[in-house]
Amino acid sequence: MNNRLKVLRAERNWSQQDLAERLEVSRQSVNAIETGKYDPSLPLAFRIADVFGITIEQIFLRA
Amino acid sequence: MDCGNNNLAQRAYLRRLGLSVAVYLVSLLGGVYLVSRDLVSGPIVWVLGLLPGLAVVGALYAIGKLITETTDEFIRMLIVRQTLIATGFALSLATIWGFLENYALVPHINAYWTAILWYLGFFLGAVSNRITYGAWGQLK
Repeated sequence: MNNRLKVLRAERNWSQQDLAERLEVSRQSVNAIETGKYDPSLPLAFRIADVFGITIEQIFLRA
Repeated sequence: MDCGNNNLAQRAYLRRLGLSVAVYLVSLLGGVYLVSRDLVSGPIVWVLGLLPGLAVVGALYAIGKLITETTDEFIRMLIVRQTLIATGFALSLATIWGFLENYALVPHINAYWTAILWYLGFFLGAVSNRITYGAWGQLK
C-alpha cells in the first residue's frame, strides 16, 4: 500500500526515530511502513493518523 | 531503538533464555559425567535424561513469551515469521531423514537434532526477514 509518511515526516522535520518514539514502535517498523514493505494494523494506522493530526485516508493511498 | 515495552520483552526473553541455557549445560555435562562413570542408576538417570530436553523446551517457551510480550506489531510479525520458517525447516528435514532411515540409506541420528535444526531454521528465518523486510527480527 502506498503512503505519504515520508513526506509528512519531512514537513515536520521528524526523523524516522522521532516518529517511532511518538508512535511507541521501533524505527524498523516506521521504515518498513514508509517503504511499503509492511502495512500497519488498523489500530496502528489510527495512531499514525492521530500523531499527524489527519485522517487515515490522507496518509494511506490505494495502490 | 525499540519502544520501552519491547525492551522489557527483550530483557525478559534474554533472562529466560539464559536460565534455560544454564540448566541445559549443567544438566547435560553433569548427566554425562555421572552416567558415564556409573555413579547414578534408576530413576535419577531418568531425571538426568529429561532435564536437558526440558531446558530446550524452556528456551522454546521463552520465544513464545517473547511473541506474546512484544508490543511492536512489525517486530512481532518478524519473530512469528522466523518461528514458522524454523518449524517448517526442522520438520521437513526430520521427516525426510526419517524416511531415508527406513531404507537404511542414511545413518540413525538422535531425535534431539530436530531442535538443533529448528534453531538453524530460526536463523534462516532471520535472514529471510532481512531480505524481505529489511530487518532481522530476533537473532539471539
